[in-house]
Amino acid sequence: MIDGFIALYIFMLAGFTGYEVISRVPVILHTPLMSGSNFVHGIVLVGAMVALGQADGPVEQIIGFVGVALAAGNAVGGYVVTERMLEMFKDSGGKRGKA
Amino acid sequence: MNLSPAFTDDLIQGAYFLAALLFIVGLKRMSSPKGARVGILWAGAGMLVATLITFLWPGMHNFGLMLAAILIGGGAAWWSGKRVAMTAMPQMVALYNGMGGGAAAAIAADELLHPEGLGRAALTLAVVGAFIGTVSFSGSLIAFGKLQGLINKSWRFKGQQLVNGLVFLLAAGHGVMIALGYGHGMGPVVFFFLLSLLFGVLMTVPIGGADMPVVISLYNAFTGLAVAFEGFVLQNPAMIIAGMVVGSAGTLLTQLMAKAMNRSIGNVLFSNFGETAAAGGEVSGSLKPIDAADAGVMMAYGAKVIIVPGYGMAVAQAQHKVWELTQLLQSRGVTVKFAIHPVAGRMPGHMNVLLAEAGVPYDIIADLEEINAEFPTADVALIIGANDVVNPDARNRKDSPIYGMPILDADKAKNVIVIKRGQGRGFSGIENALFYMDNTRMLYGDGQEAVARLIQGIKTLD
Repeated sequence: MIDGFIALYIFMLAGFTGYEVISRVPVILHTPLMSGSNFVHGIVLVGAMVALGQADGPVEQIIGFVGVALAAGNAVGGYVVTERMLEMFKDSGGKRGKA
Repeated sequence: MNLSPAFTDDLIQGAYFLAALLFIVGLKRMSSPKGARVGILWAGAGMLVATLITFLWPGMHNFGLMLAAILIGGGAAWWSGKRVAMTAMPQMVALYNGMGGGAAAAIAADELLHPEGLGRAALTLAVVGAFIGTVSFSGSLIAFGKLQGLINKSWRFKGQQLVNGLVFLLAAGHGVMIALGYGHGMGPVVFFFLLSLLFGVLMTVPIGGADMPVVISLYNAFTGLAVAFEGFVLQNPAMIIAGMVVGSAGTLLTQLMAKAMNRSIGNVLFSNFGETAAAGGEVSGSLKPIDAADAGVMMAYGAKVIIVPGYGMAVAQAQHKVWELTQLLQSRGVTVKFAIHPVAGRMPGHMNVLLAEAGVPYDIIADLEEINAEFPTADVALIIGANDVVNPDARNRKDSPIYGMPILDADKAKNVIVIKRGQGRGFSGIENALFYMDNTRMLYGDGQEAVARLIQGIKTLD
Protein backbone atom coordinates (compact mmCIF):
# COMPACT_ATOMS: atom_id res chain seq x y z
CA MET A 1 0.00 0.00 0.00
CA ILE A 2 1.17 3.45 -0.89
CA ASP A 3 -0.53 5.66 1.58
CA GLY A 4 -0.29 8.77 3.69
CA PHE A 5 3.22 9.92 4.31
CA ILE A 6 4.83 7.33 2.08
CA ALA A 7 2.87 8.82 -0.81
CA LEU A 8 3.89 12.32 0.23
CA TYR A 9 7.55 11.30 0.26
CA ILE A 10 7.24 9.82 -3.23
CA PHE A 11 5.51 12.94 -4.54
CA MET A 12 8.18 15.17 -3.04
CA LEU A 13 11.20 13.18 -4.18
CA ALA A 14 9.84 12.66 -7.68
CA GLY A 15 9.07 16.37 -7.91
CA PHE A 16 12.61 17.35 -7.02
CA THR A 17 13.99 14.70 -9.35
CA GLY A 18 12.08 16.17 -12.27
CA TYR A 19 13.23 19.66 -11.43
CA GLU A 20 16.88 18.66 -11.13
CA VAL A 21 16.96 16.43 -14.20
CA ILE A 22 15.48 19.14 -16.38
CA SER A 23 17.22 22.18 -15.01
CA ARG A 24 20.45 21.52 -16.90
CA VAL A 25 18.96 20.87 -20.31
CA PRO A 26 20.27 23.31 -22.95
CA VAL A 27 17.81 25.51 -24.82
CA ILE A 28 18.32 23.66 -28.10
CA LEU A 29 16.79 20.55 -26.56
CA HIS A 30 13.74 22.21 -25.06
CA THR A 31 11.36 20.88 -27.69
CA PRO A 32 12.49 17.23 -27.67
CA LEU A 33 12.58 17.41 -23.91
CA MET A 34 9.05 18.71 -23.65
CA SER A 35 7.93 16.15 -26.15
CA GLY A 36 9.91 13.48 -24.26
CA SER A 37 8.28 14.35 -20.97
CA ASN A 38 5.00 14.37 -22.86
CA PHE A 39 5.79 10.79 -23.80
CA VAL A 40 6.70 9.85 -20.22
CA HIS A 41 3.28 10.81 -18.88
CA GLY A 42 1.94 8.37 -21.45
CA ILE A 43 2.46 5.88 -18.60
CA VAL A 44 -1.14 6.83 -17.87
CA LEU A 45 -1.77 3.97 -20.29
CA VAL A 46 -1.16 1.35 -17.60
CA GLY A 47 -3.66 3.09 -15.33
CA ALA A 48 -6.22 3.33 -18.09
CA MET A 49 -5.77 -0.39 -18.82
CA VAL A 50 -6.42 -1.26 -15.19
CA ALA A 51 -9.45 1.03 -15.12
CA LEU A 52 -10.89 -0.60 -18.23
CA GLY A 53 -9.97 -4.04 -16.94
CA GLN A 54 -12.10 -3.45 -13.87
CA ALA A 55 -14.95 -1.65 -15.62
CA ASP A 56 -18.43 -3.15 -15.45
CA GLY A 57 -21.39 -2.10 -17.51
CA PRO A 58 -21.45 -0.21 -20.79
CA VAL A 59 -20.88 3.30 -19.38
CA GLU A 60 -17.72 2.38 -17.50
CA GLN A 61 -16.57 0.28 -20.42
CA ILE A 62 -16.98 3.14 -22.88
CA ILE A 63 -15.15 5.56 -20.58
CA GLY A 64 -12.42 3.00 -20.02
CA PHE A 65 -12.15 2.30 -23.73
CA VAL A 66 -11.80 6.01 -24.54
CA GLY A 67 -9.25 6.34 -21.76
CA VAL A 68 -7.08 3.52 -23.08
CA ALA A 69 -7.31 4.80 -26.67
CA LEU A 70 -6.33 8.33 -25.60
CA ALA A 71 -3.50 7.06 -23.40
CA ALA A 72 -2.13 4.84 -26.15
CA GLY A 73 -2.23 7.86 -28.46
CA ASN A 74 -0.31 9.89 -25.91
CA ALA A 75 2.36 7.23 -25.44
CA VAL A 76 2.82 6.20 -29.06
CA GLY A 77 2.53 9.71 -30.52
CA GLY A 78 4.86 11.15 -27.91
CA TYR A 79 7.43 8.49 -28.64
CA VAL A 80 7.28 8.80 -32.42
CA VAL A 81 7.67 12.58 -32.60
CA THR A 82 10.35 12.70 -29.91
CA GLU A 83 12.35 10.01 -31.66
CA ARG A 84 12.02 11.83 -34.97
CA MET A 85 13.26 15.07 -33.48
CA LEU A 86 16.17 13.53 -31.63
CA GLU A 87 17.18 11.67 -34.75
CA MET A 88 17.88 15.08 -36.27
CA PHE A 89 20.04 16.16 -33.36
CA LYS A 90 22.09 13.00 -33.53
CA ASP A 91 25.19 14.45 -35.08
CA SER A 92 26.53 17.91 -35.57
CA GLY A 93 28.28 17.14 -38.82
CA GLY A 94 25.77 19.02 -40.92
CA LYS A 95 24.27 15.82 -42.22
CA ARG A 96 20.98 16.57 -43.86
CA GLY A 97 17.89 15.21 -42.21
CA LYS A 98 14.90 13.99 -44.12
CA ALA A 99 12.14 16.46 -44.72
CA MET B 1 -0.64 -18.69 -17.00
CA ASN B 2 -0.35 -20.30 -13.59
CA LEU B 3 1.67 -17.87 -11.57
CA SER B 4 1.17 -17.48 -7.86
CA PRO B 5 -0.49 -14.16 -6.93
CA ALA B 6 2.50 -13.07 -4.87
CA PHE B 7 4.89 -13.75 -7.72
CA THR B 8 2.67 -11.90 -10.21
CA ASP B 9 2.55 -8.93 -7.89
CA ASP B 10 6.33 -8.88 -7.54
CA LEU B 11 6.68 -9.12 -11.29
CA ILE B 12 4.33 -6.19 -11.87
CA GLN B 13 5.87 -4.01 -9.19
CA GLY B 14 9.36 -4.86 -10.41
CA ALA B 15 8.46 -3.91 -13.97
CA TYR B 16 6.96 -0.61 -12.80
CA PHE B 17 10.09 0.11 -10.79
CA LEU B 18 12.21 -0.56 -13.86
CA ALA B 19 9.96 1.69 -15.96
CA ALA B 20 10.22 4.58 -13.49
CA LEU B 21 13.99 4.17 -13.41
CA LEU B 22 14.25 4.10 -17.20
CA PHE B 23 12.05 7.22 -17.52
CA ILE B 24 14.26 9.22 -15.18
CA VAL B 25 17.51 8.00 -16.72
CA GLY B 26 16.06 8.59 -20.19
CA LEU B 27 15.08 12.17 -19.42
CA LYS B 28 18.48 12.70 -17.87
CA ARG B 29 20.17 11.53 -21.08
CA MET B 30 18.18 14.12 -22.99
CA SER B 31 20.21 16.88 -21.40
CA SER B 32 22.91 16.64 -24.04
CA PRO B 33 22.38 16.45 -27.80
CA LYS B 34 24.63 13.43 -28.23
CA GLY B 35 23.02 11.17 -25.66
CA ALA B 36 19.51 12.40 -26.23
CA ARG B 37 18.44 9.78 -28.74
CA VAL B 38 19.50 6.94 -26.44
CA GLY B 39 17.41 8.62 -23.74
CA ILE B 40 14.12 8.28 -25.62
CA LEU B 41 14.96 4.66 -26.52
CA TRP B 42 15.39 3.81 -22.84
CA ALA B 43 12.23 5.61 -21.85
CA GLY B 44 10.45 3.77 -24.66
CA ALA B 45 11.72 0.43 -23.39
CA GLY B 46 10.41 1.31 -19.93
CA MET B 47 7.00 2.10 -21.36
CA LEU B 48 6.88 -1.15 -23.32
CA VAL B 49 7.79 -3.27 -20.29
CA ALA B 50 5.26 -1.51 -18.07
CA THR B 51 2.48 -1.85 -20.65
CA LEU B 52 3.06 -5.53 -21.35
CA ILE B 53 3.30 -6.50 -17.70
CA THR B 54 0.03 -4.71 -16.94
CA PHE B 55 -1.83 -7.45 -18.84
CA LEU B 56 -0.97 -9.69 -15.86
CA TRP B 57 -2.78 -7.37 -13.43
CA PRO B 58 -5.03 -9.62 -11.34
CA GLY B 59 -8.79 -9.61 -11.76
CA MET B 60 -9.01 -7.82 -15.08
CA HIS B 61 -11.43 -8.47 -17.90
CA ASN B 62 -12.36 -6.60 -21.11
CA PHE B 63 -9.09 -7.66 -22.77
CA GLY B 64 -10.63 -7.51 -26.24
CA LEU B 65 -11.70 -3.91 -25.75
CA MET B 66 -8.31 -3.11 -24.29
CA LEU B 67 -6.40 -4.42 -27.28
CA ALA B 68 -8.76 -2.70 -29.70
CA ALA B 69 -8.38 0.63 -27.91
CA ILE B 70 -4.59 0.33 -27.87
CA LEU B 71 -4.52 -0.50 -31.56
CA ILE B 72 -6.87 2.33 -32.52
CA GLY B 73 -5.30 5.04 -30.33
CA GLY B 74 -1.73 3.89 -30.84
CA GLY B 75 -2.19 3.30 -34.56
CA ALA B 76 -3.69 6.71 -35.21
CA ALA B 77 -0.93 8.38 -33.22
CA TRP B 78 1.78 6.36 -34.96
CA TRP B 79 0.40 7.27 -38.35
CA SER B 80 0.05 10.98 -37.59
CA GLY B 81 3.33 11.21 -35.70
CA LYS B 82 5.32 9.75 -38.57
CA ARG B 83 3.76 12.06 -41.12
CA VAL B 84 3.56 15.40 -39.35
CA ALA B 85 5.86 18.11 -40.67
CA MET B 86 8.43 19.52 -38.27
CA THR B 87 6.81 22.93 -38.62
CA ALA B 88 3.55 21.47 -37.29
CA MET B 89 5.22 19.89 -34.26
CA PRO B 90 3.80 22.31 -31.64
CA GLN B 91 0.20 21.36 -32.36
CA MET B 92 1.03 17.64 -32.43
CA VAL B 93 2.71 17.85 -29.04
CA ALA B 94 -0.33 19.75 -27.77
CA LEU B 95 -2.65 17.09 -29.17
CA TYR B 96 -0.80 14.09 -27.69
CA ASN B 97 -0.56 15.93 -24.40
CA GLY B 98 -4.29 16.59 -24.40
CA MET B 99 -4.90 12.90 -25.00
CA GLY B 100 -2.87 12.07 -21.89
CA GLY B 101 -4.93 14.53 -19.88
CA GLY B 102 -8.11 13.00 -21.25
CA ALA B 103 -6.94 9.53 -20.30
CA ALA B 104 -6.22 10.63 -16.73
CA ALA B 105 -9.70 12.17 -16.62
CA ALA B 106 -11.24 8.93 -17.92
CA ILE B 107 -9.52 6.94 -15.17
CA ALA B 108 -10.90 9.40 -12.63
CA ALA B 109 -14.38 9.14 -14.14
CA ASP B 110 -14.40 5.36 -13.81
CA GLU B 111 -13.18 5.62 -10.22
CA LEU B 112 -15.68 8.33 -9.28
CA LEU B 113 -18.57 6.32 -10.71
CA HIS B 114 -17.88 3.58 -8.19
CA PRO B 115 -16.01 5.33 -5.39
CA GLU B 116 -16.60 2.55 -2.85
CA GLY B 117 -13.37 1.58 -1.17
CA LEU B 118 -11.59 4.85 -1.91
CA GLY B 119 -10.36 6.64 1.19
CA ARG B 120 -10.71 10.38 1.73
CA ALA B 121 -7.23 11.13 0.36
CA ALA B 122 -7.72 8.97 -2.73
CA LEU B 123 -11.13 10.47 -3.41
CA THR B 124 -9.79 14.00 -3.10
CA LEU B 125 -6.84 13.35 -5.38
CA ALA B 126 -9.12 11.60 -7.87
CA VAL B 127 -11.24 14.74 -8.04
CA VAL B 128 -8.27 17.12 -8.28
CA GLY B 129 -6.64 14.95 -10.94
CA ALA B 130 -9.91 14.75 -12.82
CA PHE B 131 -10.17 18.53 -12.90
CA ILE B 132 -6.55 19.14 -13.96
CA GLY B 133 -6.62 16.36 -16.52
CA THR B 134 -9.87 17.55 -18.05
CA VAL B 135 -8.68 21.16 -18.25
CA SER B 136 -5.48 19.94 -19.90
CA PHE B 137 -7.58 17.90 -22.34
CA SER B 138 -9.94 20.61 -23.53
CA GLY B 139 -7.30 23.34 -23.23
CA SER B 140 -4.81 21.38 -25.32
CA LEU B 141 -7.44 20.73 -27.97
CA ILE B 142 -8.10 24.47 -28.22
CA ALA B 143 -4.35 25.12 -28.40
CA PHE B 144 -4.16 22.49 -31.16
CA GLY B 145 -6.99 24.19 -33.04
CA LYS B 146 -5.29 27.56 -32.79
CA LEU B 147 -1.90 26.31 -33.91
CA GLN B 148 -3.40 24.27 -36.72
CA GLY B 149 -5.27 27.36 -37.93
CA LEU B 150 -8.70 25.87 -37.24
CA ILE B 151 -9.41 28.61 -34.73
CA ASN B 152 -8.19 31.97 -35.94
CA LYS B 153 -9.67 34.34 -33.46
CA SER B 154 -8.67 34.95 -29.90
CA TRP B 155 -12.15 35.15 -28.49
CA ARG B 156 -12.42 37.83 -25.87
CA PHE B 157 -15.30 39.62 -24.28
CA LYS B 158 -15.94 42.03 -21.46
CA GLY B 159 -16.16 40.38 -18.07
CA GLN B 160 -14.39 37.27 -19.31
CA GLN B 161 -12.36 36.96 -16.12
CA LEU B 162 -15.54 37.04 -14.09
CA VAL B 163 -17.20 34.31 -16.16
CA ASN B 164 -14.07 32.16 -16.00
CA GLY B 165 -13.89 32.70 -12.27
CA LEU B 166 -17.52 31.67 -11.83
CA VAL B 167 -17.10 28.53 -13.91
CA PHE B 168 -14.02 27.65 -11.91
CA LEU B 169 -15.83 28.14 -8.61
CA LEU B 170 -18.76 26.04 -9.79
CA ALA B 171 -16.46 23.24 -10.88
CA ALA B 172 -14.44 23.45 -7.67
CA GLY B 173 -17.60 23.46 -5.56
CA HIS B 174 -18.85 20.38 -7.33
CA GLY B 175 -15.47 18.74 -6.90
CA VAL B 176 -15.49 19.37 -3.16
CA MET B 177 -19.00 17.93 -2.93
CA ILE B 178 -17.97 14.77 -4.73
CA ALA B 179 -14.81 14.46 -2.64
CA LEU B 180 -16.86 14.77 0.55
CA GLY B 181 -19.10 11.97 -0.65
CA TYR B 182 -22.26 14.01 -1.31
CA GLY B 183 -22.16 13.68 -5.05
CA HIS B 184 -22.46 10.04 -5.89
CA GLY B 185 -23.87 8.73 -9.11
CA MET B 186 -23.93 9.83 -12.66
CA GLY B 187 -25.49 13.31 -12.49
CA PRO B 188 -23.02 15.24 -10.35
CA VAL B 189 -20.01 13.48 -11.85
CA VAL B 190 -21.07 14.27 -15.42
CA PHE B 191 -21.83 17.88 -14.49
CA PHE B 192 -18.44 18.18 -12.80
CA PHE B 193 -16.64 16.98 -15.93
CA LEU B 194 -18.66 19.27 -18.19
CA LEU B 195 -17.74 22.26 -16.05
CA SER B 196 -14.07 21.26 -16.11
CA LEU B 197 -14.14 20.87 -19.89
CA LEU B 198 -15.74 24.27 -20.23
CA PHE B 199 -13.16 25.87 -17.97
CA GLY B 200 -10.30 24.49 -20.06
CA VAL B 201 -11.87 25.94 -23.19
CA LEU B 202 -12.58 29.34 -21.64
CA MET B 203 -9.11 29.56 -20.18
CA THR B 204 -7.34 28.87 -23.47
CA VAL B 205 -9.54 30.64 -25.99
CA PRO B 206 -8.32 34.18 -25.25
CA ILE B 207 -4.61 33.32 -25.36
CA GLY B 208 -2.74 34.46 -28.46
CA GLY B 209 -0.40 32.45 -30.66
CA ALA B 210 2.89 33.92 -29.46
CA ASP B 211 2.06 32.88 -25.89
CA MET B 212 1.67 29.25 -26.92
CA PRO B 213 5.14 28.15 -25.69
CA VAL B 214 3.98 28.96 -22.16
CA VAL B 215 0.56 27.36 -22.61
CA ILE B 216 1.83 24.12 -24.13
CA SER B 217 4.42 23.53 -21.45
CA LEU B 218 1.90 24.44 -18.75
CA TYR B 219 -0.61 21.86 -19.98
CA ASN B 220 2.22 19.34 -20.22
CA ALA B 221 2.83 19.92 -16.52
CA PHE B 222 -0.93 19.68 -15.85
CA THR B 223 -1.22 16.30 -17.49
CA GLY B 224 1.81 15.09 -15.55
CA LEU B 225 0.21 16.10 -12.25
CA ALA B 226 -3.12 14.57 -13.21
CA VAL B 227 -1.37 11.28 -14.02
CA ALA B 228 0.47 11.37 -10.70
CA PHE B 229 -2.75 11.95 -8.74
CA GLU B 230 -4.64 9.20 -10.55
CA GLY B 231 -1.59 7.01 -9.94
CA PHE B 232 -2.15 7.48 -6.23
CA VAL B 233 -5.81 6.54 -6.62
CA LEU B 234 -4.84 3.37 -8.47
CA GLN B 235 -1.93 2.65 -6.12
CA ASN B 236 0.44 2.70 -9.07
CA PRO B 237 3.92 4.02 -8.16
CA ALA B 238 5.12 4.20 -11.78
CA MET B 239 2.33 6.64 -12.59
CA ILE B 240 3.02 8.69 -9.45
CA ILE B 241 6.74 9.00 -10.16
CA ALA B 242 6.53 9.55 -13.91
CA GLY B 243 3.65 11.99 -13.56
CA MET B 244 5.33 13.96 -10.81
CA VAL B 245 8.67 14.14 -12.65
CA VAL B 246 6.88 15.50 -15.72
CA GLY B 247 4.77 17.80 -13.57
CA SER B 248 7.74 19.51 -11.99
CA ALA B 249 9.80 19.50 -15.20
CA GLY B 250 6.91 21.09 -17.07
CA THR B 251 6.50 23.69 -14.35
CA LEU B 252 10.17 24.59 -14.62
CA LEU B 253 9.94 24.90 -18.39
CA THR B 254 6.81 27.03 -18.09
CA GLN B 255 8.63 29.38 -15.72
CA LEU B 256 11.58 29.62 -18.12
CA MET B 257 9.27 30.55 -21.00
CA ALA B 258 7.39 33.16 -19.00
CA LYS B 259 10.67 34.62 -17.77
CA ALA B 260 11.89 34.92 -21.36
CA MET B 261 8.93 37.20 -21.98
CA ASN B 262 9.42 39.07 -18.72
CA ARG B 263 5.90 38.17 -17.67
CA SER B 264 4.42 36.03 -14.97
CA ILE B 265 2.54 32.85 -15.83
CA GLY B 266 -0.61 34.46 -14.46
CA ASN B 267 -0.10 37.42 -16.75
CA VAL B 268 0.17 35.15 -19.79
CA LEU B 269 -3.00 33.27 -18.85
CA PHE B 270 -5.22 36.05 -17.67
CA SER B 271 -4.13 39.37 -19.15
CA ASN B 272 -5.59 39.20 -22.69
CA PHE B 273 -2.22 40.45 -23.88
CA GLY B 274 -2.15 42.06 -27.29
CA GLU B 275 -5.74 43.23 -27.17
CA THR B 276 -5.10 45.79 -24.51
CA ALA B 277 -1.65 46.77 -25.73
CA ALA B 278 -1.51 50.41 -26.63
CA ALA B 279 -0.53 51.39 -30.13
CA GLY B 280 2.96 51.70 -28.68
CA GLY B 281 3.53 55.32 -29.56
CA GLU B 282 4.85 56.83 -32.72
CA VAL B 283 8.14 55.87 -34.26
CA SER B 284 10.46 58.17 -36.11
CA GLY B 285 12.04 57.24 -39.41
CA SER B 286 10.69 55.30 -42.33
CA LEU B 287 10.70 51.78 -43.71
CA LYS B 288 13.46 51.48 -46.28
CA PRO B 289 13.09 48.64 -48.77
CA ILE B 290 16.04 46.85 -50.34
CA ASP B 291 16.17 44.43 -53.22
CA ALA B 292 17.58 40.95 -52.88
CA ALA B 293 20.66 41.56 -55.02
CA ASP B 294 21.86 44.43 -52.82
CA ALA B 295 21.06 42.52 -49.66
CA GLY B 296 23.02 39.57 -51.04
CA VAL B 297 26.05 41.77 -51.67
CA MET B 298 25.94 43.12 -48.11
CA MET B 299 26.07 39.62 -46.69
CA ALA B 300 28.47 38.07 -49.18
CA TYR B 301 31.13 40.72 -48.56
CA GLY B 302 30.66 40.85 -44.83
CA ALA B 303 32.81 38.98 -42.34
CA LYS B 304 30.02 37.89 -40.05
CA VAL B 305 26.29 37.37 -40.44
CA ILE B 306 23.90 36.55 -37.63
CA ILE B 307 20.56 35.07 -38.64
CA VAL B 308 17.56 35.59 -36.33
CA PRO B 309 14.71 33.23 -37.22
CA GLY B 310 11.19 33.53 -35.84
CA TYR B 311 7.77 31.97 -36.29
CA GLY B 312 7.59 33.47 -39.80
CA MET B 313 10.37 31.10 -40.88
CA ALA B 314 8.28 28.15 -39.72
CA VAL B 315 5.18 29.42 -41.52
CA ALA B 316 7.12 29.88 -44.75
CA GLN B 317 8.90 26.50 -44.34
CA ALA B 318 12.06 28.44 -45.10
CA GLN B 319 14.51 26.49 -42.93
CA HIS B 320 16.01 24.45 -45.79
CA LYS B 321 16.60 27.55 -47.92
CA VAL B 322 18.10 29.30 -44.92
CA TRP B 323 20.63 26.48 -44.50
CA GLU B 324 21.42 26.63 -48.21
CA LEU B 325 22.08 30.35 -47.84
CA THR B 326 24.24 29.66 -44.80
CA GLN B 327 26.38 27.13 -46.66
CA LEU B 328 26.76 29.50 -49.59
CA LEU B 329 27.97 32.27 -47.29
CA GLN B 330 30.28 29.91 -45.44
CA SER B 331 31.84 28.82 -48.73
CA ARG B 332 32.72 32.49 -49.30
CA GLY B 333 34.42 32.68 -45.92
CA VAL B 334 31.62 34.48 -44.08
CA THR B 335 31.07 33.44 -40.48
CA VAL B 336 27.40 32.63 -39.97
CA LYS B 337 25.65 32.17 -36.66
CA PHE B 338 22.06 31.69 -35.62
CA ALA B 339 20.54 33.61 -32.71
CA ILE B 340 17.53 31.97 -31.10
CA HIS B 341 15.23 33.71 -28.67
CA PRO B 342 13.80 31.35 -26.03
CA VAL B 343 10.22 32.02 -27.07
CA ALA B 344 10.77 32.23 -30.83
CA GLY B 345 8.10 30.11 -32.49
CA ARG B 346 5.18 28.35 -30.91
CA MET B 347 6.77 25.97 -28.42
CA PRO B 348 9.98 25.94 -26.38
CA GLY B 349 12.93 25.32 -28.69
CA HIS B 350 10.79 25.36 -31.84
CA MET B 351 13.43 27.08 -33.99
CA ASN B 352 16.16 24.65 -32.94
CA VAL B 353 14.10 21.73 -34.17
CA LEU B 354 13.47 23.34 -37.54
CA LEU B 355 17.12 24.23 -38.03
CA ALA B 356 18.15 20.73 -37.01
CA GLU B 357 15.70 19.34 -39.54
CA ALA B 358 17.34 21.39 -42.28
CA GLY B 359 20.73 20.05 -41.17
CA VAL B 360 22.18 23.12 -39.47
CA PRO B 361 24.86 21.92 -37.01
CA TYR B 362 23.97 22.96 -33.51
CA ASP B 363 27.37 24.47 -32.72
CA ILE B 364 26.58 27.53 -34.85
CA ILE B 365 23.25 28.00 -33.08
CA ALA B 366 23.44 30.27 -30.07
CA ASP B 367 20.92 31.35 -27.50
CA LEU B 368 20.27 34.81 -26.17
CA GLU B 369 22.98 35.04 -23.50
CA GLU B 370 25.71 33.74 -25.77
CA ILE B 371 24.97 35.80 -28.84
CA ASN B 372 24.01 39.26 -27.59
CA ALA B 373 27.60 40.33 -27.05
CA GLU B 374 28.38 39.38 -30.66
CA PHE B 375 25.84 41.55 -32.47
CA PRO B 376 28.09 44.69 -32.48
CA THR B 377 30.73 42.68 -34.35
CA ALA B 378 28.27 41.42 -36.98
CA ASP B 379 28.18 43.07 -40.39
CA VAL B 380 24.63 41.93 -41.04
CA ALA B 381 21.83 40.72 -38.80
CA LEU B 382 19.29 38.91 -40.98
CA ILE B 383 15.85 38.76 -39.40
CA ILE B 384 13.54 36.11 -40.84
CA GLY B 385 9.99 36.19 -39.56
CA ALA B 386 10.88 37.43 -36.09
CA ASN B 387 9.41 40.61 -34.70
CA ASP B 388 8.80 41.33 -31.03
CA VAL B 389 11.90 39.43 -29.90
CA VAL B 390 14.14 41.95 -31.70
CA ASN B 391 12.21 45.12 -30.84
CA PRO B 392 14.64 47.52 -29.13
CA ASP B 393 11.67 49.24 -27.47
CA ALA B 394 11.79 46.40 -24.97
CA ARG B 395 15.08 47.94 -23.81
CA ASN B 396 14.46 51.61 -24.45
CA ARG B 397 10.85 52.63 -23.99
CA LYS B 398 9.35 52.34 -20.56
CA ASP B 399 5.84 52.84 -21.94
CA SER B 400 6.11 49.94 -24.37
CA PRO B 401 3.94 46.90 -23.49
CA ILE B 402 6.94 44.64 -23.97
CA TYR B 403 9.32 46.83 -21.93
CA GLY B 404 11.70 44.67 -19.90
CA MET B 405 11.43 41.58 -22.06
CA PRO B 406 14.91 40.21 -22.82
CA ILE B 407 15.52 40.65 -26.55
CA LEU B 408 18.14 39.80 -29.12
CA ASP B 409 20.19 42.95 -29.69
CA ALA B 410 19.96 42.75 -33.48
CA ASP B 411 19.78 46.54 -33.65
CA LYS B 412 23.43 46.72 -32.57
CA ALA B 413 24.63 45.00 -35.73
CA LYS B 414 26.19 47.25 -38.38
CA ASN B 415 23.40 46.48 -40.83
CA VAL B 416 20.03 44.87 -40.33
CA ILE B 417 18.05 43.15 -43.08
CA VAL B 418 14.48 42.20 -42.24
CA ILE B 419 12.64 39.65 -44.35
CA LYS B 420 8.96 40.28 -43.88
CA ARG B 421 5.82 39.40 -45.73
CA GLY B 422 4.21 42.80 -45.49
CA GLN B 423 4.10 45.93 -43.38
CA GLY B 424 1.91 44.49 -40.63
CA ARG B 425 2.76 44.53 -36.97
CA GLY B 426 3.84 41.67 -34.74
CA PHE B 427 1.68 39.57 -32.49
CA SER B 428 1.61 42.16 -29.75
CA GLY B 429 0.34 44.77 -32.20
CA ILE B 430 3.22 47.13 -31.48
CA GLU B 431 5.37 48.90 -34.00
CA ASN B 432 8.90 47.57 -34.15
CA ALA B 433 11.40 50.40 -33.80
CA LEU B 434 14.08 48.18 -35.31
CA PHE B 435 12.41 48.31 -38.71
CA TYR B 436 12.64 52.10 -38.79
CA MET B 437 16.30 52.45 -37.84
CA ASP B 438 18.79 54.08 -40.18
CA ASN B 439 20.79 50.91 -40.66
CA THR B 440 17.77 48.68 -41.29
CA ARG B 441 16.58 47.58 -44.74
CA MET B 442 13.35 45.72 -45.44
CA LEU B 443 13.31 42.80 -47.86
CA TYR B 444 9.63 42.13 -48.55
CA GLY B 445 8.34 38.73 -49.54
CA ASP B 446 7.48 35.26 -48.34
CA GLY B 447 10.34 33.91 -46.23
CA GLN B 448 11.25 30.98 -48.42
CA GLU B 449 11.01 32.87 -51.68
CA ALA B 450 12.92 35.89 -50.34
CA VAL B 451 15.78 33.69 -49.15
CA ALA B 452 15.79 31.99 -52.55
CA ARG B 453 16.21 35.40 -54.17
CA LEU B 454 19.09 36.16 -51.78
CA ILE B 455 20.79 32.91 -52.78
CA GLN B 456 20.29 33.78 -56.44
CA GLY B 457 21.72 37.23 -55.89
CA ILE B 458 24.85 35.91 -54.19
CA LYS B 459 25.39 33.24 -56.83
CA THR B 460 25.45 35.82 -59.61
CA LEU B 461 28.35 37.59 -57.87
CA ASP B 462 30.87 35.07 -59.11
